[in-house]
Amino acid sequence: MSQSIQDVQNEIIEEFSMLDGDMEMTIGYVMELGETLEPLEEEKKTEENIVKGCQSKVWLDAQLQGDKIHFKADSNTAITKGLVSILVRILSGRSPKEIVDADLFFIDKVGLNRFIGTQRSNGLGAMIKQMKIYGLAFATQVKSQ
Amino acid sequence: MSDTSVVSTQLDIEAIRAEFPVLHQQVNGKPLVYFDNAATNQKPLQVINALKHHYEADNANIHRGIHTLAERSTTAFEDTRKAVQTFINANEAEEIIFTKGTTESINLVASSWGRKFLQSGDEIIVSGLEHHSNIVPWQLIAQEKGAKVRAIPVMENGDLDIAAFSQLLSDKTRLVAVNHASNSLGTINPVKQIIEMAHARGAKVLIDGAQASSHLPIDVQQLNADFYAFSAHKMYGPTGVGILYGKRSLLEKMPPYQGGGEMIKEVSFEKTTFNDIPYKFEAGTPNIADVVAFKAAIDFINRVGKEHIAQYEEQLLTYATSQLKNIEGVKIIGEALHKVSVVSFVVEGIHHFDLGMWMDAKGVAVRTGHHCTQPLMDRFCIEGTTRASFSVYNTIEEIDVFIGALKDIIKKLKP
Repeated sequence: MSQSIQDVQNEIIEEFSMLDGDMEMTIGYVMELGETLEPLEEEKKTEENIVKGCQSKVWLDAQLQGDKIHFKADSNTAITKGLVSILVRILSGRSPKEIVDADLFFIDKVGLNRFIGTQRSNGLGAMIKQMKIYGLAFATQVKSQ
Repeated sequence: MSDTSVVSTQLDIEAIRAEFPVLHQQVNGKPLVYFDNAATNQKPLQVINALKHHYEADNANIHRGIHTLAERSTTAFEDTRKAVQTFINANEAEEIIFTKGTTESINLVASSWGRKFLQSGDEIIVSGLEHHSNIVPWQLIAQEKGAKVRAIPVMENGDLDIAAFSQLLSDKTRLVAVNHASNSLGTINPVKQIIEMAHARGAKVLIDGAQASSHLPIDVQQLNADFYAFSAHKMYGPTGVGILYGKRSLLEKMPPYQGGGEMIKEVSFEKTTFNDIPYKFEAGTPNIADVVAFKAAIDFINRVGKEHIAQYEEQLLTYATSQLKNIEGVKIIGEALHKVSVVSFVVEGIHHFDLGMWMDAKGVAVRTGHHCTQPLMDRFCIEGTTRASFSVYNTIEEIDVFIGALKDIIKKLKP
């Protein structure tokens, strides 16, 4: 993982740009990305791990490994799973500080905001917020190590 | 017009479609197919123009002004009240109260009637088909009063279990609140029978007519409903206008819902006396322009003819239902004998959220989720459904597009 958060986002923007803004192809690609998501163990799919604010269900688990946060996630819908997989790809394996400070510019550039719509992007917003909360929570642990 | 044709109608659907500007657009590069009519239906030019005309020509605050514009606005506002009275065959126009929607109409009754007439130990009966807006207001007032909310169970086909309702009714029952037609499944409830049964036990009845108002004939006197609530926006009218019909004898006994201007007779710091109905329940400046434009929506329905609309929508529903049944893995939720033009379904192995998003990508607007009827979804052990609902401007060709899109999506997503 030598790429920066910026680099990964630019890579994603590049990938989506090949779809020419075609909605069906975009959705199809998002779903495809979801299939590459590292599976989340069934026992981690608890009420506690559910991210509030999503129209569909998302479970998010965060573990501190060394000084990096490792995210795992799943969703009961294919599209949301794809969206989560993008966030995991960008933010997993980063230091708490990197996660807290991350500027997720790809959402506007890829047009996810437009095609996800307000109610659902609130769900995406809730996922990002939860990842950043984990970042904050683990930051203190890393400091005291 | 032959008996064998899929749809025969006396209506010129193309001409009707031409009256709805919003329908003629591309969504995500595809022609829009709007099948979310149970959430809100689209507005004909007649309504849009009435709204525009009001602001361009007549706008003024109503009832108190002595100038010409105030007079015109007041007349137009009260003309809508009369049109609503005729539309639902109320005994008098004063029994029509304007609110901001069905939800507020129900809350008005729960707050005002409920606060005065409910006591500890009383029971309110709702049904398992209700929208949250016909459950939660009753829970709130029941909690305050120590009353209990009970629910009529729903049978497997989506009909209410009337035998069970008869068992639920008792001398403790003060009010029965049920919908005329279900927003989630389309079931048309036997409201006349329900009202008769409730009245026989001395209970009052509120009918939530939000899903019935643009599809079914409504005659509140013939039904003998005590209260009937519905919304303009589900009947080709503007958003932000609701109607509460109540029998004069009941409305007069009920305390005001909100305080403010318009609803008073005289105000002093010692004592305030309240205006007569309907104004007692219409505190503050109402949604004048939208109420005025709502009359154009009623005129539209009357011009096209409610029975023609109902007949045509029934044919759309029958066609869509038969097409859906031909698709493997599709299960229709709610197959009551009498339905408004709503069809709810689930697809094996595909989440409704994914299906709805992909439908949108193909230009087809459907609704997905629990449709604000979580108890009903629990009843069928599902999280939600995909719902297609039809209005008079929809066509068989659009249903074909929808069915084609569905088949294509299933092919793509089926595990």
